[in-house]
Amino acid sequence: MDRAVLGWAVAGGIAYALLPWYALEDGIFGFGWLSGYPTDRAGAPALVQALLHGRLALLPVAVFLLAPLAVRGVRGAGARPALLLTVGAGGTAWIAVQGFAVGGQPGIGVGGLVVFAALLMLFCVGMAAKGAFNGDRFVSGGIGTVVTLVVVFVFFPVSCVLVGAVEDSSGAFAPSEFWAKLSAREVWGLDCLSSSAGCGVAWNTLILGVLVGASTTALGLAFALIVTRTGFRAKKALRLLTVLPIITPPFVIGLAVILLFGRAGAFTTFMEQAFGVVPSRWIYGLPGVWLAQVLAFTPIAFLVLIGVVEGISPSMEEAAQTLRADRWRTFTTVSLPLMRPGLANAFLLGFIESLADFGNPLVLGGNYHVLSISIFFAVVGAQHDRGRAAVLSIVLLVFTLGAFYAQRRWLGRRSYATVTGKGDAGLHPPLPASVRRLVYATALPWAVFTAVIYVMILFGGFVETWGRDHRFSLRHYAAAFAVDVTEFGLHWKGAAWNSLWTTIEIAAISAPLTAAVGLLTAYLIVRQRFRGKEAFEFGTMLSFAIPGTVIGISYILAFNTPPIELTGTGIILVICFVFRNMPVGVRAGIAAMSQIDRSLDEASLTLGARSLTTIRRVILPLLRPAIVAALVFSFVRAMTAISAVIFLVSANYDMATSYIVGRVENGDYGLAIAYCSVLIGFMVLVVLLIQFVVGRRRLGRRAPTQVSLEGIPA
Amino acid sequence: MSLETRSGSVEFRRVTKAYGPVVAVRDVSFTVAAGTLVTLLGPSGCGKTTTLRLIAGLEMTTSGQILIGGSDVTRVPATDRDVSMVFQSYALFPHMTVLENVCYGLRVGGEPRDRAVAAAREGLALLGLVGFDDRLPSELSGGQQQRVAVARALVLEPRVLLFDEPLSNLDAKLRRRVREEIRDLQQKLRLSVVYVTHDQEEALAVSDQIIVMDNAVIAQQGTPTELYREPASRFVADFIGDANLVKGTLKRTDERLAALRLGGVEFALPHRGATDGEVNVAIRPEAVRLRPADGTDAPLIGTILKAAYLGSHMEYTVGSIIGELFVVDSGGVAAPLTVGAGVSIGFISHGVTVVD
Repeated sequence: MDRAVLGWAVAGGIAYALLPWYALEDGIFGFGWLSGYPTDRAGAPALVQALLHGRLALLPVAVFLLAPLAVRGVRGAGARPALLLTVGAGGTAWIAVQGFAVGGQPGIGVGGLVVFAALLMLFCVGMAAKGAFNGDRFVSGGIGTVVTLVVVFVFFPVSCVLVGAVEDSSGAFAPSEFWAKLSAREVWGLDCLSSSAGCGVAWNTLILGVLVGASTTALGLAFALIVTRTGFRAKKALRLLTVLPIITPPFVIGLAVILLFGRAGAFTTFMEQAFGVVPSRWIYGLPGVWLAQVLAFTPIAFLVLIGVVEGISPSMEEAAQTLRADRWRTFTTVSLPLMRPGLANAFLLGFIESLADFGNPLVLGGNYHVLSISIFFAVVGAQHDRGRAAVLSIVLLVFTLGAFYAQRRWLGRRSYATVTGKGDAGLHPPLPASVRRLVYATALPWAVFTAVIYVMILFGGFVETWGRDHRFSLRHYAAAFAVDVTEFGLHWKGAAWNSLWTTIEIAAISAPLTAAVGLLTAYLIVRQRFRGKEAFEFGTMLSFAIPGTVIGISYILAFNTPPIELTGTGIILVICFVFRNMPVGVRAGIAAMSQIDRSLDEASLTLGARSLTTIRRVILPLLRPAIVAALVFSFVRAMTAISAVIFLVSANYDMATSYIVGRVENGDYGLAIAYCSVLIGFMVLVVLLIQFVVGRRRLGRRAPTQVSLEGIPA
Repeated sequence: MSLETRSGSVEFRRVTKAYGPVVAVRDVSFTVAAGTLVTLLGPSGCGKTTTLRLIAGLEMTTSGQILIGGSDVTRVPATDRDVSMVFQSYALFPHMTVLENVCYGLRVGGEPRDRAVAAAREGLALLGLVGFDDRLPSELSGGQQQRVAVARALVLEPRVLLFDEPLSNLDAKLRRRVREEIRDLQQKLRLSVVYVTHDQEEALAVSDQIIVMDNAVIAQQGTPTELYREPASRFVADFIGDANLVKGTLKRTDERLAALRLGGVEFALPHRGATDGEVNVAIRPEAVRLRPADGTDAPLIGTILKAAYLGSHMEYTVGSIIGELFVVDSGGVAAPLTVGAGVSIGFISHGVTVVD
């Protein structure tokens, strides 16, 4: 008998017979369930539930678990895989179906989860035994796991919302209403071309997305080139400066932009006093949202592109130079085309980020409506029209998928593998002078501007009242973060401590999970050939295309009732972050992994390493920049997310951002900005720590100094 | 090292590999005897690399069976196959030193560190790489990288060692030396080696057996001598060495032999199953004999169209009624024929073969 089969069957059996099948009031680690165990109705394992409490629907699960053990005598070549496939598919399907069909059950708990996972793995082992995925169980199991997770935590909740698109308010099937909502003038109207009235939200969103995507890609490339290809002195500062905006909750940038350019803003006041320019509300609308989003998302493009620019093999550029291309032609005909996958990724990320952004349009949008905001107000506003929200989500999805498709078309099937198994010594050529000047002229003013924005944020926390009383004050910090030393130890008196600890805890749990799931998915997409890979890739990217508002609502709809009951827990926040941020990890992983030659994995496999060992010893060390990116992103986004979170927080699990937004709603800007400054400072530390721990990729390229020394005769 | 006891055979039984509608390997059967070096030879896209990857377990068969050392490994993944492979690109891990690269397979196989290092050092020494332990692959020359790749594969004492065009990244001089080293090593350790190349000279030089592949099937399998002397088809005749492909007229004279007419020349040779009438004939360039035309009535005459002096021999292109012939003449270097000269043409029968 196969050890993997035996192991999973036994694990499933133990969970079935011993672990509480259903979710518990105070969680599995509350240990309250131990008192009545194993007969108590709440904490009983499936076996007891079925035999004592009449939950007979759980009984067939035992059959599925026992089948692979009982029939260990099966010998025929095709029979064993077929048995495993039947057992795995049948068992998981049975658990799901009875969960939905049999009423009166609590949500599924640890026992049910382990049994489900064991049956799923038996299915995957069966797939591998049948010869799928080159017979590799790790790959088979990985794909099975990712697909199941995506189906349960992305497709299922989204389908709950989308069902609403073709239903009227009473829940009946009404396709005509769907058409009416889809073709509405406020969605597709083109009035802005002919009159002063605004265009439809769809056009607004599209225009903003393209502008932001293009701007962030151009700026990100400029920063990446400065850091990797020039002798610029303050590279370290530049790296830090460009990382700042992502560790900032998006609406904070929006707030800072208002503090600068709003009617009472610092810049507006200065222009009025110096040049007599009449203050106006020009910043509210497309210019303001664009400005804030570009500030917020340029670093994403920068982080993606820096890996790409560094990963280009210098020998390619050296080859071009020896082919008599000057620096300019080398750059335009070799370096730039090799960066195309990275550029496309950066644009795609910027575009999608813009579409999904919620905070900045909320703060700065004015009359310029975009889809995410319209969806939000369609649900929580006076309209309360779930159908309209669903229809708008579909429009948004189509846009994102269009971007995704365009990117695939553009990149085509060219191979961009530039880190090959052949040792690669060489030097990146410096940038041509014209490009260098252009890059400096674009990036450096932007860096200065970003610095100004952050000064505003920091300054705002230390004044009595912004715009009126600019005296130095610490009262906002005291209100948020006061700590008393009492005889019982430290007393966390400040109002912000509770939400801060929760946020750190949730972010710290979700970051490595996100990175792991994201990179595993990227590995499967880049390195494995299997049927349905396109659909697989699409599915894993889908959660990114859905704005946080929709995700938030969909999670509430999907996970408020059994069989998966998660609302009000911290788990739902973690899951939400993992699946919302996973695409970032996937993208970073794909971009980096497609630059590592496949023969390296194959060499490792033929040397007797398992897939898992290969990943750990060969791929991961070469992927360090991507790991850093994935960890940083997922941690930081978990700490700064607002759109989905605002629906999912509860009294026990309040997050920093939703707390801050609450303060802003109460007009308490001082405390909000002070809290933001602390968050930013904390995240800077975390980013530096992660970067220090994970370290830098070691490829053995010669250092520039070494080469210049070689040229000097001894 | 006690590698010879570990060497195993490879057997393909009617193996097919298809990627959707594209068939890369079609119904291929062959056996590689333990301790021999077998070359898979063919033009690019003929399926030879796919065949190698099927042996390695990097691809799974669509149908058919693969046996290594007598046991069925058709469904066994690469990790568990007990073969190792030297890649065309070498695939040295760029983030590991030479020693770490060579230790890798031993370490992931659970060998304790000191034993793995000792074995790796031994392997590196076998390939003449002493004192490079702490270098990164990028700090080695192409030839050195290649040897590290061989050492890394060798220290695992695999049942079969696979080479995927190992010399294609090396310069010509080095190529000859490295291929001799590989052959010496294989002979010394009695390794089972499967070696992919598109270079027929390389294949002739190193192989015990050559499997010529064309268009996803085996065109011919045999020793270098067999393939050169008795090519089964025009494709093999042309691919292995040079051959003049011409038409002749055949008439069987007994069970084995036939009379072949080329222009006015007639001589006896094995008919190899061909029927009477017009047949395809492959003539090796060195099997053509040229004499200056002396005005007598020669059975086949021609004119020198091109002449090249190559030091050890002359190369001619001769126009005749049976077509243009490419001729290598190593005897007449001292008194070469000139362009435009008339010649009478004769053949040495063991360099002339009837082919499909």
